[in-house]
Amino acid sequence: MNVRALMAQRYVGLTVIAAIVVFLPFFFPSAYYYRVAALVLIFALAATGLNLLMGFAGQVSLGHAGFLGIGAYSVAIGATYFAAPPLLCILAGAALSGLVAFGVGRPILRLKGHYLAVATLGFGVLVTIVLTNEAAWTGGPDGMAVPRLVLFARPVRGADAWYWIAAASFLIGATVAQNLSDSPTGRALKAIQDSEVASSMLGIDVSRQKLAAFVISAVFVSVAGSYLSLFNGHITPDISGFFRSIELVTMVVLGGMGSIVGPFVGAAVVVVLPQTLTVLHEYEDMVLGLILMGLMIFLRQGIVPSLAATLAGRRT
Amino acid sequence: MAEFLQFFFSGLTVGSVYALVALGFTLIYNASDVINFAQGEFVMLGGMLTVFLAQAGIPLPIAAFVAVAITTAVGFALYRFAVEPARDATAVSLIMITIGASIFLRGLAQVIFDKRFHSLPPLFGPEPLHIGGAAILPQSLVVLGGATTVVMLLWLFIDRTLLGKAVIATAVNRLAALLVGIDTRRIVGLSFAVSAAIGAIAGVLVTPITLTSYDVGTLLALKGFAAAMLGGIGSAVGAVVGGLVLGMLEAFSAGYVSSKYKDAVAFIVLLAALLAMPRGLFGRGKVERV
Repeated sequence: MNVRALMAQRYVGLTVIAAIVVFLPFFFPSAYYYRVAALVLIFALAATGLNLLMGFAGQVSLGHAGFLGIGAYSVAIGATYFAAPPLLCILAGAALSGLVAFGVGRPILRLKGHYLAVATLGFGVLVTIVLTNEAAWTGGPDGMAVPRLVLFARPVRGADAWYWIAAASFLIGATVAQNLSDSPTGRALKAIQDSEVASSMLGIDVSRQKLAAFVISAVFVSVAGSYLSLFNGHITPDISGFFRSIELVTMVVLGGMGSIVGPFVGAAVVVVLPQTLTVLHEYEDMVLGLILMGLMIFLRQGIVPSLAATLAGRRT
Repeated sequence: MAEFLQFFFSGLTVGSVYALVALGFTLIYNASDVINFAQGEFVMLGGMLTVFLAQAGIPLPIAAFVAVAITTAVGFALYRFAVEPARDATAVSLIMITIGASIFLRGLAQVIFDKRFHSLPPLFGPEPLHIGGAAILPQSLVVLGGATTVVMLLWLFIDRTLLGKAVIATAVNRLAALLVGIDTRRIVGLSFAVSAAIGAIAGVLVTPITLTSYDVGTLLALKGFAAAMLGGIGSAVGAVVGGLVLGMLEAFSAGYVSSKYKDAVAFIVLLAALLAMPRGLFGRGKVERV
């Protein structure tokens, strides 16, 4: 296979996603569909970030919604109390998340497996507790209102505008992730996932690479959190709660860890499924749980890798 | 001093519930390497089933017994129909399956019971006892006594019976256990059933004090998981100590620091403890093969 074919293969996933994102709105009958699709794309951005940590570096985080919360409240607090422009707040939130991830990540990434899981879980819970209790700044459990995003001196209204903002951001994020996965850092992370001992023998600075993945994933998730708060116009501390963290992990695992298309598919399933299940009323949670169990039992590699394996098997 | 005793007893009561949940985590983890996030739902089922069976006119002791029996069956079913079919999946996939099971059980409880809070009558009435100036609910002593009995029975079972030794053998080395003729799948199923029973008993014991509803399981699972990790996953002693320490921390920080930040203090101490001892208080080191 020559270099050009390799390059083409590398970007197949990205091209397919881009095509879907661009042409899908032609099939939207109402603004409601734009709304749900925008949510899918915002969460896909977050899941893409978390996938860098989980799918590539093989480190589980049960607390990444904490960064969702930091991003969301950076925008809300920055715009409300400091009259800062929302775009600047998004950047400030991302920087803050990166810094927090750097500070927190250094010690806790030394932990392994389930110990890391419980430590990150603790981090997420702590962020939620602070957001809930510092009511003077955050409005407490009832949350606070978030001003509109202003782009090109015009406030962004309507779900369709948000759809395109989310789509552009997600595609940029996915491209960054794709390029990162083929960089020396990406290769180092995959090596770490296979064996930490072996990769450190090969001269990879294991803790530094893990920390890099943790910080980058935190920045991705933080930006998604900022978008969520601007999009909804209102946020509560639930955004950083344990269930949000689990949702993010579910998106990554369900879609397929380590693939670029996976987080997008996972986010689509996790966001759309509860919307369609509302017709079941009180049976909603039961069915949701059953579907989650069924998917993980029968497609245990995640949807995208399992489908890819099936297709590849048929072709040969 | 009265204040101290008050916090001490409340910490001990909550802590022994955490200890039972953590013990459930440990049993299942040792037998199968699965972290079972549906562990909190067992506690919920134990409490809720007892409440509703008692409301249906069944005498309380029988209602409690039937509730524990049903929850045990649910625990076994969780293994048989969700974990066993996916036994060669990755650790994260298995965690996701148990989280799916926890969402399912919560949804089921919402449908067959309701969304309100429920309580049970305390075994020795609601009048508090006064010990050294502290007011202690008799039910707290029931929780402590019950938890101690469960731990003792479990220890006797593990230490003194052939089946218990098979559980230890399976925990130490599954392949070797299989080679000496132990049906490890049965042992794992048994661990799920026993864990569910322990959770259900905790639920029955604590409902008169803390009340119960369809969604109490999540927070209990988080705290139980934290307690198990604090003690060092895989260590039964660690689970009990971890649970008690976590309960004490919560009670004392709520009492002396701030009740708003009581959960925060518990998690900060957990993080600090893990950073000082990356394998928990009683965890063993592991050698990694390349």
